[in-house]
Amino acid sequence: MAAEHHVEEHHPGWQEYVRIGVILAVITAIEVAIVYVEALESVLLPLLLTLSVGKFVLVVMYFMHLKFDHKFFTWLFLSGLLLAVGVVLALMAMFGLMT
Amino acid sequence: MAANHVIEHPTSTGLDNRKMAMWAFLASDCMFFGSLITVYLVSHGRAMVGPFPQEIFDIPFTSVSAFVLLMSSLSMVLALGGIQRGNVQRFRIWIATTAVLGCVFLGGQIYEFTEFHHAGLTLESSIFGSAFYVLTGFHGTHVFIGVIWLLSLLLASFKPGLVIREKSLNVEMAGLYWHFVDIVWIVIFTVVYLVEA
Amino acid sequence: MATQVRYVEDSTRIQEPEAGPSGLWSWLTTVDHKRIGVLYLVTALTFFAIGGIEALLLRVQLSQPNNAFVSAATYNQLFTMHGTTMIFLAVMPLSGAFFNLLTPLMIGARDVAFPRLNAFSYWVLLFGAILINFGWIYGGAPDAGWFAYANLTSPAYSPGMGVDYWVLGIQVLGISSVAASFNFFTTIVNMRAPGMSMMRLPVFIWMTLITQILIFMAFPALTVGATLLMFDRWFDTNFFIVEAGGMPLLWQHLFWVFGHPEVYILILPAMGIVSEVLQTFSRKPLFGYTAIVFAGIGIAVLGFSVWVHHMFTTGLGPVPNSIFAISTMLIALPTGVKIFNWIGTMWGGALWLSTAMLFSIGFVAMFIIGGLSGVMHASPPVDSQHQDTYFVVAHFHYVLFGGSIMGLFSGVYYWWPKFTGKLLHEGLGKVHFWLMLIGFNVTFFPMHWLGAIGMPRRIYSYGDGLNWEFWNMVTTMGSFIIGISFIFFIANVFITLVLGDRAPDDPWDAPTLEWATTSPPALHNFDTIPVVKSRMPLWTDKYPEVYGHESEPGEHGDPDLPDIQTDEVHDEIHLPNPSYWPLVLAIGIVMLFAGFIFTFVMSFIGLALMFISIWGWALEPAFGEADHA
Repeated sequence: MAAEHHVEEHHPGWQEYVRIGVILAVITAIEVAIVYVEALESVLLPLLLTLSVGKFVLVVMYFMHLKFDHKFFTWLFLSGLLLAVGVVLALMAMFGLMT
Repeated sequence: MAANHVIEHPTSTGLDNRKMAMWAFLASDCMFFGSLITVYLVSHGRAMVGPFPQEIFDIPFTSVSAFVLLMSSLSMVLALGGIQRGNVQRFRIWIATTAVLGCVFLGGQIYEFTEFHHAGLTLESSIFGSAFYVLTGFHGTHVFIGVIWLLSLLLASFKPGLVIREKSLNVEMAGLYWHFVDIVWIVIFTVVYLVEA
Repeated sequence: MATQVRYVEDSTRIQEPEAGPSGLWSWLTTVDHKRIGVLYLVTALTFFAIGGIEALLLRVQLSQPNNAFVSAATYNQLFTMHGTTMIFLAVMPLSGAFFNLLTPLMIGARDVAFPRLNAFSYWVLLFGAILINFGWIYGGAPDAGWFAYANLTSPAYSPGMGVDYWVLGIQVLGISSVAASFNFFTTIVNMRAPGMSMMRLPVFIWMTLITQILIFMAFPALTVGATLLMFDRWFDTNFFIVEAGGMPLLWQHLFWVFGHPEVYILILPAMGIVSEVLQTFSRKPLFGYTAIVFAGIGIAVLGFSVWVHHMFTTGLGPVPNSIFAISTMLIALPTGVKIFNWIGTMWGGALWLSTAMLFSIGFVAMFIIGGLSGVMHASPPVDSQHQDTYFVVAHFHYVLFGGSIMGLFSGVYYWWPKFTGKLLHEGLGKVHFWLMLIGFNVTFFPMHWLGAIGMPRRIYSYGDGLNWEFWNMVTTMGSFIIGISFIFFIANVFITLVLGDRAPDDPWDAPTLEWATTSPPALHNFDTIPVVKSRMPLWTDKYPEVYGHESEPGEHGDPDLPDIQTDEVHDEIHLPNPSYWPLVLAIGIVMLFAGFIFTFVMSFIGLALMFISIWGWALEPAFGEADHA
């Protein structure tokens, strides 16, 4: 019980937060840049999605502390997230957007 | 929202009740925005009259907005770090920065909406207009509520005993909400704006 | 470790509980889960009666061909509000009553995790219920079906105010359910008594937990759908307007992404109740506890992957239809597991056929019939024949009435003495049960035949010579038998409240924690928080020679016994303070929504009230000074 409290106590220092912030900014810059690179047009969609997922994961893990917090929160959030993604994909498929 | 008395009820999991409820809320909100994003994705291509997405999206401008919101997430964790170390001054500076960045984002959205409106895109003009304004509008509403929450915390920090190290959870809750609003924008920015460009 | 506590030495023991505060103000500001549970119960039974009267009016109209008892327009309002009322204002709040009354007691807690949020959920429910029914007295009741299919609901086809009330009311009711779901989810995960590990939770609590997850995952889709409809109606958006590229089919998807999990939101709590009742009155432990729990989880997970079976006839094509047909049929597996476990619980037990037990057995029997017809229309070609006929009406009444309502009444009879301190009269109760069971089958079984010979749903009248006359008349007579059975229940309630026998603490010699405290329970539930050592804490203590081995540490994997001294930690009782802010916040939210119909000034006042009450809520102390027990 109380022994698990220490899990919540670990917080990265401000240097680490700033480092994550810089990475996020760089990814955003890359995202915007590749939109204008004609050569990448065929792989643009997967590339953009990957980069966004990267940003998403960084914010959730570090800024929202899921990496340092109890695993239960991760599972809880993940269940909602995966369900939402599943519904989005199923509906896109049924409305003919995947073909 | 916040219970002020610091009465530590021991919980079965050792995890805080409010944090538990907040994560459940965020999981639920995933479904909310997931549904809204679906509506946008399956609807917007069926617009019969312009303006169409490619004609009006201003990627450089929206990128700046997205960047501003990302940086507000950074200032949010710095505010939380401040209060967790008992440094109220630092907390105030960063929470104010976060609120200001949130306002800048909202200002950008108002500007964008106005521009699009001038270009002929309204709620009624086409299914793209309907889906776009409702999706981004609901996100904007989330940001607006977040800004009020942040300003409330800033205000409360001038009253003794409300925003203190022992109650840093009050700030953490606002932070979780704020970061969630940010990650929703990461998704919207990609699937609504960038993919279309 | 604490010494062996015997909770109930004698199941006929009667303890006088201390009286709580009284008066109207104490009810308006209450944050006590038991009082809020009573408010839910009274509200739900009231709306159950209203929804029942609506059903009787429908049946009078259909009792003979070419009847002119009500007009087509009134009929549409009646069937729309019958469905909406029964689902959102009767079955869900009745389940909510049990969540409130039982959750803290069954897990050994003093209250829910967020007592004020709990009060808030109730007030929002009450005002939302009034809002959605307001059309009866001003502007016309909703008339587009409880499913409100687009584009029937677009301004062009529903110009009246009925759909306005529906779309606003349904959002308000959603706020209530979702707020409550976060509360009970947190309560069950976090507020369990020492030793109450997850696999020792009563099955009712497990089903409650799963239901809460379903609620907060499923309702957002409905909220989004209702929001889009609201924008279509007030702000001229095009989401469901075909001429502008909108898609009515999208409404069906959003509605059923919510709507199918909703079916399990309606049935799982009843399944939990039945599991408790069958165990107590079979005088033996629930058969296959673990299987029942995991079957419940399985139903919840699968429940999100079957929504398209409501849309087989919309032309989605063979691939989606096949996938969703298979996932739908898969749900029969966990459901079957539960049914076999209930039968296994009764098998070889010393059955005590109390009223509560009869309702639970009735649940199992009726639910099997409804489940079987459900599997039938899991198959798309069969479903195409059933779609929009009375066969479907028969099916879902067998699971919703024969299932949910039977199960919930079982719970009412079972726990009534715990919360009122009075025993319901068993004789009157049995009359209620048998009349309801017979009336129910006379009403709904013929609907299978009517559907099979082609009678469509949602028609306000039908012509002569279609061979539908006889069974429609029978059905109508059956519905009145149900009505009469409910009168017996109400009579039972009022008579026993005045003249009834005083209920002992543990009248059924039951195994779960709520029976360890007084009837009705004291404000703080337990004088000392119990330490739980088995799944059936009271039976383990009362019958150590039979159930003593159940409490062996480690038997269920995680004994989870804390190393705390119980009397040291629970010496101080912190009870939540009464608060009027939940009421004010609920008024604010309902004004915000109602303003769309009346005047936007009302919405702005509502927003202001919300802002003030959230501040007031945040700044007032949630818990009072410690009481020394």
